[in-house]
Parts: sequence; C-alpha cells; structure tokens
Amino acid sequence: MTGVDLTPALPEIVILAAASIILIVDLFVPDARRYVSYWLTQLALLIATCVTLTGLHAAGVKGFHNMVVADMVADFLRIGCFISVSLMLFYSRGYLELRGMFRGETFVLILFALLGMQVIITGNSFLTLYLGVELNALSLYALVGSQRSHNRASEAAMKYFVLGALASGMLLYGLSMIYGATGSLDVDLVARALNGEQPNRTLLIFGLVFVVSGIAFKLGVVPYHMWVPDVYDGAPTAFTLLIGTAPELAGFALALRLLSGALQGAAIDWQGMLIVLSVLSVVLGNLIAISQTSVKRMLAYSAIANMGYMLMGFLTANRYGFSASMFYTVAYVLTTLASFGVVLLLSRAGFESDRIDDFKGLNQRSPWWAFIMLLTMFSLAGIPPTVGFYAKFLVFEAAINEGFVWLAVVGVLASLYGAFYYLRIVKLMYFDEPIESAPLVARADTRVLLSANGLALLVLGILPQQLIGLCAIALTQSNFP
Amino acid sequence: MPPYLSLAIWVPIVAGLAVLAVGSDRNAPTARWIALMGAIAGFLVTVPLYWQFDVTTSAMQFVERTEWIPRFDIHYHLGVDGISVLFVLLNSFVTVLVVWAGWEVITTRVAQYMGAFLIMSGLINGVFAALDGVLFYTFFEAMLIPMYLIIGVWGGPNRVYAALKFFLYTLLGSLLMLVALIYLYNVSETFAILDWYKVPLELTAQILLFVAFFLAFAVKVPMWPVHTWLPDAHVEAPTGGSVVLAAITLKVGAYGFIRFILPIVPDASRYLADFVITLSLIAVVYIGFVALVQADMKKLIAYSSISHMGFVTLGFFLFSPLGAEGGLAQMISHGFVSAAMFLCVGVMYDRMHTRLIADYGGVVNTMPRFAAFMMLFAMANSGLPGTSGFVGEFMVILAAVKANFWLGFTAAITLILGAAYTLWMYKRVVFGPVANAHVAALTDVSRREFWLLGVVALAVLAMGVFPKAFIDVMHVSVTDLLDQVAKSKL
Repeated sequence: MTGVDLTPALPEIVILAAASIILIVDLFVPDARRYVSYWLTQLALLIATCVTLTGLHAAGVKGFHNMVVADMVADFLRIGCFISVSLMLFYSRGYLELRGMFRGETFVLILFALLGMQVIITGNSFLTLYLGVELNALSLYALVGSQRSHNRASEAAMKYFVLGALASGMLLYGLSMIYGATGSLDVDLVARALNGEQPNRTLLIFGLVFVVSGIAFKLGVVPYHMWVPDVYDGAPTAFTLLIGTAPELAGFALALRLLSGALQGAAIDWQGMLIVLSVLSVVLGNLIAISQTSVKRMLAYSAIANMGYMLMGFLTANRYGFSASMFYTVAYVLTTLASFGVVLLLSRAGFESDRIDDFKGLNQRSPWWAFIMLLTMFSLAGIPPTVGFYAKFLVFEAAINEGFVWLAVVGVLASLYGAFYYLRIVKLMYFDEPIESAPLVARADTRVLLSANGLALLVLGILPQQLIGLCAIALTQSNFP
Repeated sequence: MPPYLSLAIWVPIVAGLAVLAVGSDRNAPTARWIALMGAIAGFLVTVPLYWQFDVTTSAMQFVERTEWIPRFDIHYHLGVDGISVLFVLLNSFVTVLVVWAGWEVITTRVAQYMGAFLIMSGLINGVFAALDGVLFYTFFEAMLIPMYLIIGVWGGPNRVYAALKFFLYTLLGSLLMLVALIYLYNVSETFAILDWYKVPLELTAQILLFVAFFLAFAVKVPMWPVHTWLPDAHVEAPTGGSVVLAAITLKVGAYGFIRFILPIVPDASRYLADFVITLSLIAVVYIGFVALVQADMKKLIAYSSISHMGFVTLGFFLFSPLGAEGGLAQMISHGFVSAAMFLCVGVMYDRMHTRLIADYGGVVNTMPRFAAFMMLFAMANSGLPGTSGFVGEFMVILAAVKANFWLGFTAAITLILGAAYTLWMYKRVVFGPVANAHVAALTDVSRREFWLLGVVALAVLAMGVFPKAFIDVMHVSVTDLLDQVAKSKL
C-alpha cells in the first residue's frame, strides 16, 4: 500500500482544518465582526455535510489500518451531528452575544467537541473510540465552564470534569481488560475472538461491566446520571442544548460500536446489565423530573428517562432493536433541539428564564412558540401524532418482539407519570396568565429554522416511514447483526 | 365515489387549522363564521354515509386503504360498518351544535376554542373510521390533546386539576392498549383490526389482552370504579366541552368494547362477562343513587351519564343481538340526550353563572319556552317511551331478562332511579315560585338557543318514534359480529 486512504475520515479532516483555521482567523477579527468566525463555523458544517453526502458509503470502508470505519451508520449519525450543531449555533446566537460568549474560542471548542463525536462515530478500534470520548468530553468541560464569572457554571464544569474523568477511567479500564481477554484492540478482531475459541470469560465479563458503566455515563442513565442535572442546570443554556443533542448521537454510536460491533458475542451478558440501566432510568428519571422547578433540570431528568427508553430498544441486541434505538435517538435529538430552542428564546440579557414558571401564559405572549413548545412536550411524552410516539412505538415493538412484554409495560407505566411534568409545561403556557406580556423576539433565521424544526416533529409523526426505513437500511448496510 | 370518510376526518381538521390561522380575538367574528362553515361542511360530507349505506351487508363500506408505514404493515385504512357509521354522523352533528353553542358565550381566544373543537371532531371521526390498529391509536390519543386544552383553558375554577386528571386517566388506559396492539402485531404480523378477529389466541394471552384493552376503554366509558375523572372533567369543562365529552368521547370507549374486545378476545370476554356485567350493574344502580344526591346540575348529569353508559356495557356483554343493539341504540340516544342536558345547563349557566340546583327555582315563570325544552330532555333522560332514551334501555332490559330475570330486574331499577334524579332536579330548578331576584331577572331563550335546542329535540323525538331507521343500519353488522364472538379462538 503506497499511501493512506483519507476518504473514510474526510469529514473529520474538514472539521479539524476548519477548527484550526477559525482559531487563527479569529485572532485578526475585531470584536464587532465576530460574526465572521460564526459564519465560518456554519460554513465548515455545511462543507462537512456536503462532503459526507457526496461520499456516502453503502458498505463499510475501513481506513487508517482499521482504526476508523465509514459506513452508513457513521454517515447518517455524522450528518445528524452536523445538522444539530448547526441548529444549536443558530438558536443560541442571540444568547451567546448577550452574554459575551460570542467568541472565537466558543466556536473552536464546539468544533473540537464535534470532532470528538465524529471520531467516536467512526471509531473501529478501542483506542480511536477512547480518543473520541476524551476529545469530546474535554471540549465540553471547557464550554460548560466558559462563563467564568458564574459560580454555578464553574461548579457544573468541575462536577462534569471529575465525574467524566472517573467514567473515562472506567471505560479505559474495561477496555484494557477486554484487550487482555481477547488480545486485540480492533473492534473486528475482538468480535472474531469472541466468536472463535472461548476467551477468558471471567476477564471478559469483568471488563464488560466497566465498559458498560463508561457507556452508561456517556448516555447519562441511572445510576450513572448524577452529572446530568447539575451540568444541564449549571451550564449556559446554549451549551446545555449542545450537550443534550449531538453527544446523544455519539453516545448511541459508542454503544453500538462497542457492544454490538465488538462484544455482540457477549450480548447475553450485557443485555441483563442494560435491562437494569433501562428500567432504573425510565422509572427514576421520570419520577424525579416531576419535582423539578427548573426547566433545565426537568429536561435533564427527561433526558435520563429518554435514554432509558432508547436502551430498551438497544438491549434486544438485534438489528431491529438497534434501528429502533437509532430512530429514538434521532427523534429525541430533534425534539430536544426545538424545546431548548424555545427556552433560549425565552431568555434575555441577564435573565436565564430557566424557571418553569417563566413559561406562564406563553400562549398569550407568543402563540406560535407556545405551539412549538407544546409539540415538543407531547413528542417527549410520546403522544401521537408527534415523532416521539413512533420513537416509543419502535422501541416497545422491538422489546415485545424479543419477548420483553413486561419491559414494555414498565416503560408505558413510567411514561404515564412522565406525561405529568410535560403536561405541566403545557398547562403553564396555555392555562395560566402571563407574568409579563412582551412577545418573544427571535432572529429571522431562528424563526424559520425553529419553526421548521418544530413542525418536523409533527410531519415525522405523521409520515415516519422514510426515517424508519433509513435507520433500518443504515444498520443493515453496516452489517450489524 | 368520493372518499367520504377521509373528508369526514380532514374537512373539520383543515377548517380547524384555518380558524386557528385567524388568530387574535379582534377577528373573532371571522373565526366563528369559518368554524360554523367548517362544522356544517364536515357534517354535510358525512350525510352520504347514511344515504349510500348498504344495510344488507356486514362488510366494511366506503373503504379506503393506502400504504402508510410498510415496515410494520401499517395502512391508512378506513371503513365503516353498521356499528360505526352512526357515530361518525353523530359526532359531525354534535360538532355543529358545539360551535353554535359557543357562538356568543366564548369571548376569549375564540379562534383557538373553535379550532380545537373542529380538529377534535376530525380526530374522533378518525377513531370511528380507522380499521388499522396504529391509525386507531393515533386518533385515539391525539384527541386527548385538544380536549385537554379545552378543559384547561376555557373551564371553570378547578379546570387545571380536572384537565390533568382527565388526561392522565385516559392515558393510563391507552398506553397499556398500545402494548396490546404491538403484541397482537407480533402474533399476527399485521395491524389490520379485521385480521385480528381471526387470530387464534390462548386463553391466558386473551385475558391479558382483555385487561389491557379493558382498562383503555373502561376508563373512557367510564365504568365504575374508574369513573372518577368524569364528574370533575364535566363540571369544569365549558359547555361545549361537556357536550362533546358526554355525547362523543364516552362513546369511543364503548365503541372500543365492540370493535376490539368482543371479537378479538371472545373467549376471555365470555370468561369475564360476569365481571363486566357486575361492574355495569354497579354503575347503573349505585351511580344512580350517587346522582340523586348531587347539588350541582352538571355533576348530576355526569353521574347520570355513567349510569346510562353502564347499560351499554351491560348490553354488550349479554352476547345477544338484542342486547348489543340496545347498547348501541343507547349510545346514540345518550349522545343526543346528554348533549341536550348539558346545553340546557349551559343556557342557564350563561345567565346565572351558577350550576347549583339550590340557586334556582321557578325558572318556568321567567323562561317558559326553555322549561318546555328541558322537560322533554329530562323525560328522555329518564327513559320515557316516545323519546330516544326509551329505545336502548328497553332493549337492554329485555335482553337482560331473557338472560336472567334478576339481572333484568336489577337493571330495570334504573327506570325508577333515572326518573327520580332527573325529574327531582327538574322540579327543584324549574317549578315552584321564583326563588330569588336573579331567577326573576332571567330572560327566555334567544333565537340561537331556541334553534339549538329545537334541533336536538327533533332528533330525540325522531329516534324515539322511529328507532327502526337507526336499528336497521346496525342490525346485520351486529348479528355478524356476535356470530364472530360465539366462535372460540382457542
């Protein structure tokens, strides 16, 4: 082989180059023209999307000595990340400007976090995956703490960092155990080792426990959820939006690459662990969310519960379950983008609007945004005709298909009392009198995109076929069992 | 042939969206007119369903079937038979009444009020017309959203509590139904409801499915002891909301019994028939007594609704054509009568802003025409021959006596109880000397209210005098369905 084939990692190279260029360009941009960096970031995302779209992979292509893989799942999730980061930037521009965070570092850090997610998504070796996890996490720690004057943000960053370091330690420890058991760091070789002669079972399972813990931390499911509410609450809302969206796609990819790609042979073992994580998350996440008075904390517990539902599809350990989980994650990310988009609109200079009561009478202030928020709440609650219904439908179908009827029953009962707190937001917006009467102001691009985003929840809830098909095809083409 | 069922669903929804687009209260008159036009158009497109209905077959008619989500074999599959066609008509008819009833009464956020009702009307038509499990579920759940908003935004003082209770109660049942639907899909590889009629199932599976479906529909009906959301919702909802709740959404629950439970799990249905009959009789008798002591008119009618719906479930689980047709007739009749009773209370409430019986007395002196209308509806509510209320109750009691004398005897107690609570309320509110200055200041029904009540009165009398027009439509379908139920699926 003469040269290295760069194509599998082309979108990553684009983002890395863009991040470096913006870092330099930003030095020469005066404060008043900071939007140059902003638009450069958006441009980079656009180019990366186009590059991914032009080089779509039907079957998996490995590169860099099997360190990375570009397959249809990777393409799909990467594009998902690009779109959600781009929307996040559009929605939070006003918010960042008002708080002095509309700076070059912010964009560069966001791009590096994105790069980390992409590395996770395309990782085909334990090392690559771990590198992606770290790159993503370190950038996010810095972003959370970037509002230095705010104690809560600093505290959140500290918590995130300490717990995150612990989690990646566990992941690394687990990976090294599996390496010990199978003799390889390569996802494919580990999978082959598991299928061949029986490796050291005890060592393997011992490592598996730590790997699952590391993944669970990334996803933020009970009992590894402690960081989620604090970070969601403490971080500037714009970065809460970032943490709550694209990294969930990467988290799904991490679980898919490790548990299915490498450790499918041990599915019977991790299935049981995921059942526990899933049940605890949906039951506790929904329950604790009820008592929250902060929107961000409430959505944090909602995220915990939703990742529990996502695992409900994943733990079936078959292609249908994985594609259901993938659909669930995409639907969840789409919904979260819209809901935090409205939360961002509510906030103004020096006013975070993160209390639930800030939603009071929104219908009388801005009926349209109240309607978008209503859609997101019903989507999170899984009520048709929103996309959240099909997300739940698919994971329940996958679970019941595997014989886990009881799991689906636990899931629906938890979503019943989960509906309570989503409905409370609707109640505040529609039934209560507003505290203030000023309508929400939004930039023109945000108005268009946020409306489209909200309506997409409805459209995908009525015509989900394309997305369901896409998720199924992606997993089939990428040779997941 | 035009797709009448799709039109019945989408005309109101599109009209509702158009009304919502009108927006602020400055354009309230425009919103009202668009809403009325939409409701009337929505009703007109359902009329051919009756004229062109073939009463000689039990097969689904006006069928539309398009692929929707092939991955799960889900179809946009609509169709009506003798059981469901009348409810599509009833719902579209009641929607016109509701828009009309809210004409001058609703003054805040008019567009949203009218829009919510129209969208809900389309969704409810979808529930009755859907022949695909997921399509049914989508409509079934989606209709909770507008109702939740209607109760919560335009309701009484305790509206928030009532709206939430309504939503969560009904969601509890329907979520378990979702599990049941997915389970059935896994067994049969299809979501077509009619195909599920033929799927063999073990008794254990049947019983579990029965429980899941039963919770969903029993909450909606509502049956004792899961009825407690209804009085709260009724009392707090605005008049239009109460009308739709009583006249239509309760029917959705009973419709689910006959469309899903009886034919899909026939053995479990027979196995658990005594259980359902017992609950029905408790609803009929015990809730009748509860109604007797109510001080609030809306609450009284709400309890009377539960009691009347007990007849419906009783009729279904007697497994005789007479009982099932009686149940269906009772559903239609109750649609008219309860709507009328709530409209009457609404007429008085708009003037006095109280629903307490004690605040009234001698209304007949100031509102004679209104008193005449209410007399008719009160009689219909107590099951007087010649009104629609008599038909269904009589048929069910007859079927019950055939099955077991004491069953019929117990059910017949309602004839006394129903008359007692309705007429006693009527006496206290309408007769006697003028109770206070507020009653003395009452004005009789306006022209709008006169026609509103007049149209319903005609419907009540028409069904009472000529029930054949209704029974004939359902007869073949019901007989065929009961044949289906008689076959074991074990």
